Amino acid sequence: MANILEIHNISKLFKIHHNAGGYLSLRERLSGLYKNRKSSDEDFWAVKDVTFSVEPGESKAIIGRNGSGKSTLLKILSKITPPTKGRIITRGRMASLLEVGTGFHPELTGTENIFFNGSLLGMTKKEIENKFDEIVDFSGVEKFLDTPLKHYSSGMQLRLAFSVAAFLDSEILVIDEVLAVGDMDFQKKCLDKIETVTKSGRTILFVSHNMAAIRALCSSVLVLDKGQVRYHGDVTHGIDHYMSISSSFEEQPGVFNLEQHPSKKNKKSGLVEARLIRDGKPNYLFFPGGPFKGEFDFAGMTPDAEVGFRLVIKDSYFQSMVNITNHDLGLRLQANKGGSGTVVFEMDVLPVYGDGTYYIDVQFGDEAKYKDTIENALSFKLEPKDVFGTGKFLNPKINTVFPGKVNINVQ
Amino acid sequence: MVEYEIKPVAKLGFGVDELWRYRELFYFYTWRDIKVRYKQTFFGFAWAVMQPILMMVLFTFFFGKKLGVPSDSMPYPIFVFTGLLMWNIFSTGLTSASNSIINNAHIIKKIYFPRLIIPLSSVMVTLFDFLMALTIYIVLMLYYAVDINILEVVGALIIALIITSLTTFGLGTFLAALNIKYRDFKYVIPYTIQVLLFVSPVIYPVSIVTNVWAKYLLAINPLSGAITLMRSAISDVPPDWNMVLISAVCAVIYFIGGVLYFKSSESYFADIV
Repeated sequence: MANILEIHNISKLFKIHHNAGGYLSLRERLSGLYKNRKSSDEDFWAVKDVTFSVEPGESKAIIGRNGSGKSTLLKILSKITPPTKGRIITRGRMASLLEVGTGFHPELTGTENIFFNGSLLGMTKKEIENKFDEIVDFSGVEKFLDTPLKHYSSGMQLRLAFSVAAFLDSEILVIDEVLAVGDMDFQKKCLDKIETVTKSGRTILFVSHNMAAIRALCSSVLVLDKGQVRYHGDVTHGIDHYMSISSSFEEQPGVFNLEQHPSKKNKKSGLVEARLIRDGKPNYLFFPGGPFKGEFDFAGMTPDAEVGFRLVIKDSYFQSMVNITNHDLGLRLQANKGGSGTVVFEMDVLPVYGDGTYYIDVQFGDEAKYKDTIENALSFKLEPKDVFGTGKFLNPKINTVFPGKVNINVQ
Repeated sequence: MVEYEIKPVAKLGFGVDELWRYRELFYFYTWRDIKVRYKQTFFGFAWAVMQPILMMVLFTFFFGKKLGVPSDSMPYPIFVFTGLLMWNIFSTGLTSASNSIINNAHIIKKIYFPRLIIPLSSVMVTLFDFLMALTIYIVLMLYYAVDINILEVVGALIIALIITSLTTFGLGTFLAALNIKYRDFKYVIPYTIQVLLFVSPVIYPVSIVTNVWAKYLLAINPLSGAITLMRSAISDVPPDWNMVLISAVCAVIYFIGGVLYFKSSESYFADIV
């Protein structure tokens, strides 16, 4: 069967004007005629020589750090911006969801917004009319259909927005991180919906930082870095590859620069650096049942602010193994007078067992509100250990938790 | 099955076939803009009606009564309202079309569709305002018991409307594209429109210009031809067909030029907006 989507040597060049404050003004342009403008321009290839193809029914994830060219590639695929070089052939109706709720207007009612947004996404009036009841049903806002959108809560707006998008009927669907929003319940509902769409044989290109979602939904992965394809193939290897690029920021093993982390939204304040400590020194190797310690430097908070901290340890399938906050322990944390400090997280017994890579998510912020949610902020490896001191190893495929002291006897 | 290619530079043209495919979106865009316009402004429909009436009253008082500006033997209110009908399409349409792309930046960055839809729909909103004003115009005609040949007036109205719309749309798209590239245009546009009001025969008749060549020069502004044509349909003065022709040709030139410039730069809107 012919490829439904072929991307041939796509490149996109941006010219960066160093002296202009973003936009050109006519005055600058006219006065610039007399100057040599070349000196202040710099070429930047956001996407360089990207080639791949997508088979019908395939769901492919595109992953990469911030600034790796994912968004630009998606914009080129969605025809929003033209490539500088290369060509793309699509053999099917393509719809792209770079955002949900595009064109939503606060003055318009729910119904009116459904029609306008649906039309923007490429649905015909008839299609929208046919699916109207399903859309409304899925969103759960049927009582407010005639209410202007400005009176909706942000959660309701989001649900309505996703619901319109969920009923797009195109053969190829391009999705960008739309799942990173909404409460947990609705996120789950959205993921389920996307899963049904995937199973229905439609072709999907999916950009996300949510590795668990990618594992669940995608059949192949494309890893982008600095605008180029670094890996193209199966999901497990793709994610490993991405993780190895992501953590290449580490100056030394066990030290993680969080300021530059792709999933850190708030760059100005919050977590700055993290270290995993073994025997008083940064390390990335730990033992099941052994001690575990992490240090998390933060800055830019209000002086003396009370802060909250959550740490999640996940296995290589992104299954959560440990999920603890300082509130769970009844502990109060406070920033120093300069609004900074270091959160120290210590465990006597690391309760996991296995031989793979483990990932750590952290949340951090003022008391109740977590400003920073950094997924896969840190990673470490478990070294196998004969946890019973017998020289015999438990099989990591069937043992995922550290069993503690175990005794078996006949009485 | 739809099969298409995305290549670096699109060919230059009006993209009529693509616009046709997106006709429903154009409909929804216009529908949304009209709804939003009449929901947001406090007086809603009343505003579209009040604005030309207020201008007419002011102009009638100052120019008609105090200064005694000639009005081609029509009652001055009718005379000035005829001009304002076309002028308002032009001034409001040009302003909203030239800002339309910037105002829709968030949509442009997220979804593809022929960008021409955006200024086109903002001009459509203005034409909707025109329909409101037209009802007042009819009431005025009845009040002043103006003796007219309906067929002649409707014909003149349609031609004038086409000339004005083409001009508004052409210049509007041109400015919309320029506005994105050079942000200082935003400040130039309102000023230019103010000046144009006095270069267009809205408050005075074309007949005060006696030099033929000056008259033809005036016709480069297509509003001159459009307004003159409309006025001659409701008075005894025959239209100056040369003027109308020059205006019509200029309107078509502005339209084609504006749209072509817009199309040539539209693919980069999302990068610079």
